[in-house]
Amino acid sequence: MDLEAAKVIGAGLAAIGVGTAAIGVGIVFGSFLESALRNPAAADSQQGRLFIGFAAAELLGLIAFAVAMIILYAV
Amino acid sequence: MAAETKIDPMHQFQIDPLVGGLEGPFAFTNSALWMLIVLAAIWLFMMGGMKRQLVPGRWQMAVEGVTGFITSMLATNVGPEGRKYVPWVFTVFMFVLIANLMGMMPFGVVPGVHAFTVTSQFTVTGILAVISFAIVLIVGFWKHGFHFFSLFIPHGTPKPLLPLIFLIELLSFMVRPFSLALRLFVAMIAGHILMKVFGSFIVSGLNADGVMGPAISLLSFAFIIGVSALELLVCAIQAYVFALLTSLYINDAVNLH
Repeated sequence: MDLEAAKVIGAGLAAIGVGTAAIGVGIVFGSFLESALRNPAAADSQQGRLFIGFAAAELLGLIAFAVAMIILYAV
Repeated sequence: MAAETKIDPMHQFQIDPLVGGLEGPFAFTNSALWMLIVLAAIWLFMMGGMKRQLVPGRWQMAVEGVTGFITSMLATNVGPEGRKYVPWVFTVFMFVLIANLMGMMPFGVVPGVHAFTVTSQFTVTGILAVISFAIVLIVGFWKHGFHFFSLFIPHGTPKPLLPLIFLIELLSFMVRPFSLALRLFVAMIAGHILMKVFGSFIVSGLNADGVMGPAISLLSFAFIIGVSALELLVCAIQAYVFALLTSLYINDAVNLH
């Protein structure tokens, strides 16, 4: 296979990780809302944890994006 | 027609010297210029609101809102001892927030002006993260001495697992500055590339022949409005996350577990 073609395919495969991170972020906010609606009184105190979970899930997607960019532009 | 418009989405992150060249110990680049603009914006914002009036006006309420937000964040995450760290967390929060927002402002409509996102450079976010990490290390060793290493051993770890857990916790601790810097930097890069790519779709759609070109242009324009709103949200969230994680790491150093 041509190196250029392999690069583009690799970057595309790395982009799958961004989509899975989207699922993760969705789960984080979805479960927060689900439980916040069950117990709205406790919701505000958990907002910090919500964003920690969001940051952790998002970071992994961003790393996948960084890998795609490295493959496309830096390798 | 169909002019080949090749728009490089990475060009916006290029650092160009404004005065002289890149050689020499001091080079005044567009990055430095935008950092100064960010500092000037923060300075204006703070000066306008630090009049200490008994009955605060709108501006003072805005400034007190931000300082109160950071103070309460440290109070909930670190406790009463967290007040000492308000200056740093506030500095980093304001700098990241204003730098992110400055990069999103449509200064490009003025010919010759290019908005530069300071936080889209790994060196800038890296330095911020390293300072946060250094504060954690210094405070941790200052307060607890070598007892600080107990941070890496959670309570109730079974004896046979100790070396493994210690190694994993140490690794996750050492990776913190990288994850802190990488998150902000990549989030900014990704958002700005997305905006520029769809911006280039608008331009090449207008240049294309037929009905489809302008239609795609219009679609991209509608999309980019939504993305801009999302990016403004991301700007605020990333600044918040940076400040929140910094205060959590400071909590580790101050209170151990």
